[in-house]
Amino acid sequence: MGILDGPTPLDSLFTKHDGNITHSWTLQVETEVEVYKLYKEVLDTDDLNNVTLERERHLNYLLSGSKGLNKYFVVLDASRPWICYWVVHALDILGRTIEPDFMRGCIEMLSKYQNPTGGFGGGFGQLSHLAASYAAVNALAVFGTQEAYDVIDRENLYKWLLSLKQPDGSYIMHKGGEVDVRGVYCALSIAVLTNILTPELIEGTPEWIKKCQTYEGGIGGVPGIEAHGGYAFCGLAAMELMGTSEKLDISKLLRWAVSLQMPLEGGFQGRPNKLVDGCYSFWVGGLYPLLETITLRQQLREKKQAIKSSACQLLFNREALQEYILIAAQSQKGGLVDKPPKGPDFYHTCYCLSGLSTAQNHVVYDIEKASELERQGKLNATARSLLWAEDVSGRLVIGKEENLVVCKRSILDEK
Amino acid sequence: MTLSPYDLKSNYGDVTPIDQDDGPSPIAPIAYSTEYSTAMAYFRALVRNNEKSKRALDLTSDIIKHNPAHYTVWNYRQQILFTLDENLTKELEFVKGLARDNPKNYQLWHHRQVIVEKLSDSSKELEFINEVLDDDAKNYHAWSYRQWINTHFNLWDDELPFIDTLLKDDVRNNSAWNHRHFVVFHDLDAIDESLIQSEINYTKEKIRQTPNNISPWNYLRGVLEKSSRDIQELESFCKEFTDNDINSMGWLVDIYENRAKNGDDQAKEDAIKICESLANKYDTIRKAYWEYRKDEIAAPSS
Ligand SMILES: [Zn+2]
Repeated sequence: MGILDGPTPLDSLFTKHDGNITHSWTLQVETEVEVYKLYKEVLDTDDLNNVTLERERHLNYLLSGSKGLNKYFVVLDASRPWICYWVVHALDILGRTIEPDFMRGCIEMLSKYQNPTGGFGGGFGQLSHLAASYAAVNALAVFGTQEAYDVIDRENLYKWLLSLKQPDGSYIMHKGGEVDVRGVYCALSIAVLTNILTPELIEGTPEWIKKCQTYEGGIGGVPGIEAHGGYAFCGLAAMELMGTSEKLDISKLLRWAVSLQMPLEGGFQGRPNKLVDGCYSFWVGGLYPLLETITLRQQLREKKQAIKSSACQLLFNREALQEYILIAAQSQKGGLVDKPPKGPDFYHTCYCLSGLSTAQNHVVYDIEKASELERQGKLNATARSLLWAEDVSGRLVIGKEENLVVCKRSILDEK
Repeated sequence: MTLSPYDLKSNYGDVTPIDQDDGPSPIAPIAYSTEYSTAMAYFRALVRNNEKSKRALDLTSDIIKHNPAHYTVWNYRQQILFTLDENLTKELEFVKGLARDNPKNYQLWHHRQVIVEKLSDSSKELEFINEVLDDDAKNYHAWSYRQWINTHFNLWDDELPFIDTLLKDDVRNNSAWNHRHFVVFHDLDAIDESLIQSEINYTKEKIRQTPNNISPWNYLRGVLEKSSRDIQELESFCKEFTDNDINSMGWLVDIYENRAKNGDDQAKEDAIKICESLANKYDTIRKAYWEYRKDEIAAPSS
């Protein structure tokens, strides 16, 4: 049951102000009204079963944008690999085969952004940057061809990663750049995908991420700062890649994550008392497959038999999230949005679709295989990332059947 | 001021510009203005020549105005500023001018931090941050930078009164609550029973004013974690609220679950009952979670 077919009438879901109207409350209710109007329309026409993912429109939006952007996109000129990744990843989720010419264009472009000292910059002649390198390596991984893989200078990539590592276990984003949890996740994701992870790259890192978990249970960008959906995903995924998730307080993280789903909107906010935003469909939604696995593993370790393995399956409201993405976050002209009535962009298109994939599909981690590999001393990060598989019986799709998008195996976001 | 391609050519005529090469058919090419692409071509040339000069500095200002997220240009700018021993206080004005339109730009905040660290002078910082927070009291970068200033310059005295003002203005400002936690507990030696008690009292009062607000409820957990006190003592407080308040109900689940673990069967029953009413009536969006909690509580402990 989602929100539109749930037990509580839509009109009773507005946030109460307890007689204390503040700026946060006002913004919240303004957003609720925008979403409410869209939901009401569907309810009034009794159309929930016909809710449609506008595939063709989104493909058009992505493909026409990838042909060329106007001069105002100059603000993304240090994020060129990101644009590539957002488009390619979104096409991939929509099940669109990537044309060979398109792929070659991307690969040649990304190869121009790679620096001889290792890593990829945000554009031609730019310093190597962890986020740009993450985007480049993940886009190349979507292509999955030998030609794509051969672009990467792994030897210098490794040296460069190591040069960004800080004595406390964290990473700076680029030479002379800032530190935050994104850096760690990007570095580890790159290292695992290119198979260059060593103990040196992660020494002290789990301890540092642990310091970023706050009293609320979520994870902030650096120790002390407020927990945040985006950083929480980066932190937990990094911990899982290192096999050290158990160092975090998982039940506290779970409670925080579930608190972020909005009762009327169905989507996620990134922090308590902030507004719903389509991109957290992935950043927060993506936490759940990881939390499910970690919880199951903990229960097995404690030999607590009683909990059904289905009991901790994706502990958010999967239908409600799909309602938000499909009814509130699709733009008429194609592409997906942060929240109505905003316009679409590549970033939100990519992460709304990623979130949709997370809500519809169920991926499971092969815990038994993992413990077997562990006994043999073979459970490294690469092995761990390969233990994720789709569980077709766990699918849940709202609206039309053909709304189902491609299943992603979560942890690296890619593959 | 933006330099025209003509200005660029006359000022940098002695260097050979390096054109952008994105390969034969790049994805999503940007239709740059001639001003920007010319400036970038000269910038790449100056970097290759390792030229750290006044004119190179001007060029970085120019490019940053086109694209404030250009981290490579910011980084080179820092190198020029330090090499030429430029007036760094003036640089803070440059940052301030950009902050109005780009308050959520990573590079700008990091640049300011690099400059202020070099200057070793924090006198303008809290005022600068306050101006940004005045526009958006939850700006993540501003809070992050504020915490760096607090720690790096050991500046703590203004913080609690400032947070108080923010919470009076908007008790739902979760960033302010988080900062309160950061400030109150930064000095481990100062944590004692009376501090804990006064934070509990403060938070309870805010909750009583506005119960449907998760931020102080979370903060209360944060305070208890820092003490040896048990959540059990909050039972009567939680019961002050009407029986459809999801925050206090969630707390009662935890309180009863704890007691159930110590063999209290009545508490176990109560916890299960609250999970059920949260799942089916009051907090249905989190139905899956409350059912999971219920199953966990109901399971015989090993
Ligand atoms: Zn967003």
